Amino acid sequence: MALNINNINKSFEGLQALNDITFSVREGELFGLIGPDGSGKTTLFRVITTLLLPDRGEVNLFGLDVLKNYKKVRQLVGYMAGRFSLYHDLTVEENLKFYATVFGTTVEENYDLIKDVYCQIEPFKTRKAGKLSGGMKQKLALSCALIHKPRLLVLDEPTTGVDAVSRKEFWDMLKRLQKKGITILVSTPYMDEASLCDRVGLIQKGNLLSVNKPENIIAEYQRELLSVSSDNLYKLVNDLRNDEDTHSAFLFGHSVHLTRKDRQASAKQVIKYLKDKGHERIYVKVIKPEIEDCFMDLMHEEDEI
Amino acid sequence: MKRFWGFVLKEFLHIFRDPRTMLILFGMPIVQILLFGYVITNEIKDIKIAILDQSKDPVTIELTNKIISSGFFILDRNIKNINEVEDVFKEGNVRQVIIFESGFGRKLKREGTANIQLIADASDANTANLVVHYTMAIINDFVREQNKLTGSPIQFIPEVRMLYNNELKGVYMFIPGIMAMILILVSAMMTSISIVREKELGTMETLLVSPLRPTQIILGKVTPYVALSFINAVTIIVMGNLVFGMPVQGSIILLLAESILYILLGLSLGILISTITKSQQNAMFISLFTLMIPTILLSGFIFPIENMPKILQWLSFFIPPRWFISIIKNIMLKGTGLMYVWKETLILIVMTSIFFGLSIRKFKIRLE
Repeated sequence: MALNINNINKSFEGLQALNDITFSVREGELFGLIGPDGSGKTTLFRVITTLLLPDRGEVNLFGLDVLKNYKKVRQLVGYMAGRFSLYHDLTVEENLKFYATVFGTTVEENYDLIKDVYCQIEPFKTRKAGKLSGGMKQKLALSCALIHKPRLLVLDEPTTGVDAVSRKEFWDMLKRLQKKGITILVSTPYMDEASLCDRVGLIQKGNLLSVNKPENIIAEYQRELLSVSSDNLYKLVNDLRNDEDTHSAFLFGHSVHLTRKDRQASAKQVIKYLKDKGHERIYVKVIKPEIEDCFMDLMHEEDEI
Repeated sequence: MKRFWGFVLKEFLHIFRDPRTMLILFGMPIVQILLFGYVITNEIKDIKIAILDQSKDPVTIELTNKIISSGFFILDRNIKNINEVEDVFKEGNVRQVIIFESGFGRKLKREGTANIQLIADASDANTANLVVHYTMAIINDFVREQNKLTGSPIQFIPEVRMLYNNELKGVYMFIPGIMAMILILVSAMMTSISIVREKELGTMETLLVSPLRPTQIILGKVTPYVALSFINAVTIIVMGNLVFGMPVQGSIILLLAESILYILLGLSLGILISTITKSQQNAMFISLFTLMIPTILLSGFIFPIENMPKILQWLSFFIPPRWFISIIKNIMLKGTGLMYVWKETLILIVMTSIFFGLSIRKFKIRLE
C-alpha cells in the first residue's frame, strides 16, 4: 500500500471537518477523492501532506508514520495545493528552478519526468507566472510538484477554474504519469472526472461515503433512472420534487434525472402527473445511470439520514 | 546550502521586481533624511530677538552684528531698559533677549571676562533650548576669533555649555533617529510582509511540504534584507556626512557592527510579527504601530527622554531604538569606543536573542 489512512478525525472550532476517515491507496494507483466544496477534501490532503495534525487517527505513507516522520514524508510527496502555489512575480522558468533547488535537484536531472507537462508551457518560459492562463498555471504547478520525483503526487482540485479542454489534457497527463509508477491522489468537485480514476472515494461533510471502482459504483446502483424533460424546466424540477412518489429529482443539463420511491417506476405515471400540472412537450426515457447519478443518489441518502 | 542560496536568490528577485518594495527600501531613507534634515535645520531660522546693550562699545556692536548676520536671528528691536524685557516677551514675537552688561568692552579689556545674559522664552522649551545654544555657539565662535586676533586671551564664562555637538544642530540629533527608525522599519516591516505574503499566496504550504527546514526558510527570507538594510545604513551615514556634515568621530567599523546588530534585532521582530499575523495588511499595521510610533515618540528621537513622565521613561527602556540611538550618538558625536556603549550593546543583544528565540518557537512547521 502506498497510503493507509485510519480513523482520521479533525475538527476546527467545534466543526467536524473529518469524521473517522479510513481508506487506503495502492501503489501506482490513480485515486480520486470526489466531493463538493467544503466537504473536507483539502483538510484531508493537508493531514496527509503533514501540514495539519489530525485530532485522532493515523496516516501511513510508504510505511512511514506521517505524524512522526514528517521530514522524511515531505521528501516523498509532491503536493500541488488548491491555489497553485506559484510566485506570480517570477517567470515560469524561475518558478520551476526555484522548486527544483528547494527540493535539492535540478530541472535537467528530472526533465524526463516533467517533459510531457512542461513542454507545453516551455514556449512561455520567460513569462511571469501571474500572467499565465488558468490551464498554464495548472501545468506549471504540476511541473513544480513533480520536479523532485515524488513517489506520491497529491493534487488538490487541480482542475478547478480550468477550461474543459485543459481539464481533458490534464487527466491524460495524469494517466501518463501513473504509467511511470507514480501513485496519484487527486481531489475534484467535478463528478464526471470520477470515471477517469482507478478508484474513487466520495466525501461529503467530512464523511467518506463510499470507496470503490467507478464501474462498481455504477453497478451497485439499484434504482431505475428516468430522464424527464418538458417545456418549462424550472417548473418541472419543482413539480417533480413535490410529487410524493418522487425519491429524487436533479437537473442534469436540459433534463431532469428522476428516481421514484417504488423503484419500478412507470413512465406513464410520470407523464400523467406532469400533464395534470400543465406541462407540455413532455418527454420521459429510461436511461442508464452515469457515475454522477450514483453520487447524487449516495449523497441524497446521506442527507436524509 | 544550495537550497538556501536558491531561496535567497528568489527573495532578491521578489524585491527587485516590485517597484513599491524598491521605493520603500531605497527611496524612503533618502527622502526622509533630506526632509527631516532640512526641516530641522530650518527650524531655527529667522528667530526674532531683542538686544539690551548697556555698553554700546565696539565689542558689543561687533558681536551683535555677528549674531544677527548668522541667519538664525532677526533683530526685532533694541531695548533700553531691563524692565522692558517682560513686555517684549509678553508680546510674543521675541524668543530671546540678549543683555550686555554696562562697560562690557572695558571690563573685557581689563579683566579678560565679561558677562552676557541670555533670556529665552521658555514657553516653547525645545526652541528656547535651541535658541540659547545657537547663540552660545556664535558667542564662543566670536571669542575664539578675538583670541586669535588679539593674542591676549579673553573669556566669556558661559552658563550653559554643550559639551558635544556645540552647535546643537538639529540634524545631528535627527540622523541617528532617522537611522534607527528606517532600519527597524525596513528590516521588521519588509520581512514580516514578505513572509506573510507567502502565507497569503499559499506558497508557504508548498514550502512547508518541501524538505526545507523552518530555519532555512526564515534565514532565506531574512538574508536579503540584512544586505539591503546594511546598504541603507551606509547610505544614511554617507548622506548625513556629505549633505549635513554629520561627523563620525568614532570607529566606523564599530558603528557598522552596531548597525548590523540593530538590523538583526529588527529582523527578529519582523519574523515574530509574521508568526502572529495572517495578512500582509495586518503585518504592515502591526509593524507601523508597534515600531514606528514608539520609535518616534519614546526613543528620544524627537522628545528628550529626560522630559518625559517617569512611567514613559520606564516604557522607553523597552524600546530598542532608544538604545541604538544612544549608541550611535556616542560613536558618531563623542567618538567613544565599545567601552562606553557596551551596556546598550548588551541590551540590544539580549533583546535580539529573546525575539529570535520567540519567533523560532512560534514559527509553525505546519499550517495551524
